[in-house]
Amino acid sequence: MLQQAFSKAFTLILGIDQSLFEIVFLSLKVSGLALLIATIIGFAITIILELFKSPFKGITVTIINTFTGLPPVVVGLGLYIILSRSGPLGFLSLLYSPAAMVIAQVILAVPIVASVSHAAVSSTGNSVRQTALCLGATRFQAISAVLLDARYSLMASVINAFGRVMAEVGAVLIVGGNIAHYTRVMTTAIAMETDRGDFELAIALGIILLALSFCINLFFYSMQRKGAKR
Amino acid sequence: MIQIHADVKHHYEGKSVVDVDASYESGKLYAILGPNGSGKSTLLRILSFIEEPDTGGVDFVESGRPLIKDIQLKHRIVMVPDRRGLFNDTVLENVQYGLKVRKISKSERSVIAEETLETVGLLDKQKVNALVLSNGEAQRLCLAMALAVSPEIILLDEPTASLDPYNAAMVEDIIKDMKSRVQLVLLVTHNMFQAERLSDIVTFMYEGRVIETSETRKFFKSPESIHAREFLKGETVY
Repeated sequence: MLQQAFSKAFTLILGIDQSLFEIVFLSLKVSGLALLIATIIGFAITIILELFKSPFKGITVTIINTFTGLPPVVVGLGLYIILSRSGPLGFLSLLYSPAAMVIAQVILAVPIVASVSHAAVSSTGNSVRQTALCLGATRFQAISAVLLDARYSLMASVINAFGRVMAEVGAVLIVGGNIAHYTRVMTTAIAMETDRGDFELAIALGIILLALSFCINLFFYSMQRKGAKR
Repeated sequence: MIQIHADVKHHYEGKSVVDVDASYESGKLYAILGPNGSGKSTLLRILSFIEEPDTGGVDFVESGRPLIKDIQLKHRIVMVPDRRGLFNDTVLENVQYGLKVRKISKSERSVIAEETLETVGLLDKQKVNALVLSNGEAQRLCLAMALAVSPEIILLDEPTASLDPYNAAMVEDIIKDMKSRVQLVLLVTHNMFQAERLSDIVTFMYEGRVIETSETRKFFKSPESIHAREFLKGETVY
């Protein structure tokens, strides 16, 4: 049965099945956008933590680190309550939309980006910032130098977050609703097709998901290897 | 001709206090000498704008006129960076950083960077990542990073610490050469022999205060303070 499922899966992939590629495209769109937003917010948090000496820095970092392990279903549930018609943001009518899925993934990815990037920056950041300041940089230029210097480690934070959002199913299922041609992404489709017993499509999606993750990680890895010396 | 007047009080390392009232005139190489923990490095960081003193301030005077502490003045003063703070990039890129900050054009930057690398003997390493340099090479790169921006005042903090005698001598040669390129050099060191070899004037610090300032020859021949005498004899002053 497994062999049959695999052969059908490859037929679907090679035959450029319309519904399959629709799901793949939406997955990439939602996760890509979420990753972009999470990267901006995560890096901004790192900059703020590095730029301002705050007595709350330690507790903030601890909270961020705790949030890296947020259960996706809990995020989905919380966001569902907030976005539902009777919730505080119900008027936005975002529930069961790709936008809600992006928000859920951003919430899950931001702590990972912030946590890993902050760890990278705080390990060498102080000495690099001092160098920039010694040579006449402004505080902003010094922070830019720190971020640029830690670019390969920062990339690692994005890779980690990418893994999280691409593999995520609980939250997007709750707030997206797995609506065909609208909010169905690879992970929710795999869960549904497995439930329905349509293993061919589920396996085909699984292969694509893994292949995509592999290619993107390979790209990041080759970029990191090129320049990482620390 | 720039003069620096520092009248500052600053807490450092938790409880110690730097309480300094000192002046430095251009055309000289000052050695700020003293045992570990005497506040030398803290004073240097205050003079280079990296640290703000708790009270008091540093005045820069040029031809009798006080200078405004703006980015232009900041660009005339450079502290030689620490070896641990080199950028994860090529040697050439590291040397160009200060020039980039000063918005020097790309073509001019590479010419200046190459010239400076040649003076410190690192031209052949320009394409190498700075983080794989040996200690001696890394220290020479740090000096090149400071020299590339043609500063008027250079501040050095223990530039030969943990270097072997050969590399220390190379670094000292570069510092000697600085006198002809830079108006004022402040060298923090706890190495009295180095202070004697390089400086024109010695400022001796102890427990956060400047205890004695005198011409190098005079300082080493007949130090006025008990602490300086004990320090020169190698007796404990901690």
